[in-house]
Amino acid sequence: MTNAIAPPIVRLRGVGKTFANGTIALEGLDLDVRSGEFLSLLGPSGCGKSTVLRMIAGLASPSAGSIDWSDAQSRSDLGYVFQDSTLMPWTSVFNNVWLPLRLSGLSKADAATRIEEALSLVGLSGFAKSYPRELSGGMKMRVSIARALVLRPRLLLMDEPFAALDEITRFKLNNDLLRLKAELGTTVIFVTHSVYESVYLSSRIAVFASRPGRIIDTIDIDAPYPRNEDFRHSALYAERSRAASTALMSAIAAEDHL
Amino acid sequence: MSAQSRPAIAMNAERALDIALPVCVFLGALGVWEAIVALKDIPPYILPAPSRIASTLIADWDTLSGSLWVTLRITFAALFAAVVGGVALAILFAQWKWVERSFFPFAVILQVTPIVAIAPLLLVYLDGGTAVLVCAFVVAFFPILSNTALGLASADHNLLDLFELYRASRWQQLIYLRLPSALPYFLGGLRIGGGLALIGAIVAEIAAGSAGQGAGLAFRIVESGYRLNIPRMFAALVLISVAGILIFLFFTLLSRVLLGRWHDSARSREG
Ligand SMILES: Nc1ncnc2c1ncn2[C@@H]1O[C@H](COP(=O)(O)OP(=O)(O)O)[C@@H](O)[C@H]1O
Ligand SMILES: [Mg+2]
Repeated sequence: MTNAIAPPIVRLRGVGKTFANGTIALEGLDLDVRSGEFLSLLGPSGCGKSTVLRMIAGLASPSAGSIDWSDAQSRSDLGYVFQDSTLMPWTSVFNNVWLPLRLSGLSKADAATRIEEALSLVGLSGFAKSYPRELSGGMKMRVSIARALVLRPRLLLMDEPFAALDEITRFKLNNDLLRLKAELGTTVIFVTHSVYESVYLSSRIAVFASRPGRIIDTIDIDAPYPRNEDFRHSALYAERSRAASTALMSAIAAEDHL
Repeated sequence: MSAQSRPAIAMNAERALDIALPVCVFLGALGVWEAIVALKDIPPYILPAPSRIASTLIADWDTLSGSLWVTLRITFAALFAAVVGGVALAILFAQWKWVERSFFPFAVILQVTPIVAIAPLLLVYLDGGTAVLVCAFVVAFFPILSNTALGLASADHNLLDLFELYRASRWQQLIYLRLPSALPYFLGGLRIGGGLALIGAIVAEIAAGSAGQGAGLAFRIVESGYRLNIPRMFAALVLISVAGILIFLFFTLLSRVLLGRWHDSARSREG
């Protein structure tokens, strides 16, 4: 809707990535990330989803094509969440969330309010003094999300963040993520290989095929936010899930001969 | 309630056995030793009974404790130098790859050359005390260097990416990420290095012989050997063993304290 008119935050054109060992991870990728959208990258493992995310984050550079930002500031206005929570085990939850602020030179005292805010956003207010190993997998992931959000980034990159969690925890975190996104207005790029997760969360899904990694289909999920569990039982959800599954199946069929 | 406490009691009993069994074996062996010496009437200059060793330890305590102190001082001075040198070099390795490529082979050469073979050479150039210190340093240095270097290189890759994402400087990366990641490795190296420093100090002092300062425990052993004072030889040996055990326990405890809340090695497995 309105988002479609707004200029993309970041625009990928003809992006390719060939690794030093000759692996062609991606080829000819065109992708616009629109401001405020929840974009899922859905595809079988090995199709280059993480590579796209890493290139957008500036952690890897494309070997072909271009990545253009709407403005220079957005380029570094990022949060990143990995598949495992990637916390520093030697220090407290508080200090883990402090990290992005600390690296930009903020003292503990100056950062304290923002750290507590971020922790309360993910529902972990009482756990600032805990150590990562004292928390469950879901709670660790919440800390990881709090750390990514503490700088209030414009764009949040998430690489299969809930893939290692049980389904109940996952549903809960899905809802929390939607709430956070609505509250903060963050744009999200969300990598997943779960059809249902991507349909439930996204405003748009880019379906990937592999060898070489490329986008074979784009599916708009034009259901309004806020979404809740009722959405899982709606006709639109069923229809879009079928469309996404079909696209994913054809992506997998394309590599069957390999 | 009983369902909960019974395994706990079983656990404590298991742990008590871990201590009780070796103690029984030890005391039994001492008893047999004592009995054989008494029954066969073996003279103390051939094999002193444990009771005789104990009484020598008490009677010669002034001399022996002085020597123990000298040996411990050398051990800890060498270990301290090894920690400072090893950690500093490991940090240089981590920050500048070319330093590692230039220097690591020499560290290996130093490590694989037996210290007994180096000691006499060092004595040509250095006075006895310094030579012993250098030998103890050389053996303690390598495990600390290599463990710390490994630890610094083993930081989590995703965390390294995160630091890059937030534009952390090399030094921020070192201080907030690489050094804490290396701590368990360093402490492992320290525990090995502590034992080796003691061994290095003893070996070097024996090699130094009369050229040494003549005050450490190793010198007491050599000296007592010349004088056929076998009980005192054993007494000095006992002190060396006890010192080694205490050093090991000290660093094990230090690891527990420093890693207690986060590292797997410091936790007992539950369930
Ligand atoms: N550093 C690398 N060097 C060589 N090949 C790589 C590297 N990183 C990823 N690849 C390869 O690139 C392809 C895409 O990887 P990735 O982006 O991780 O896929 P996905 O996240 O979709 O599972 C895979 O075939 C993978 O083996
Ligand atoms: Mg991946």
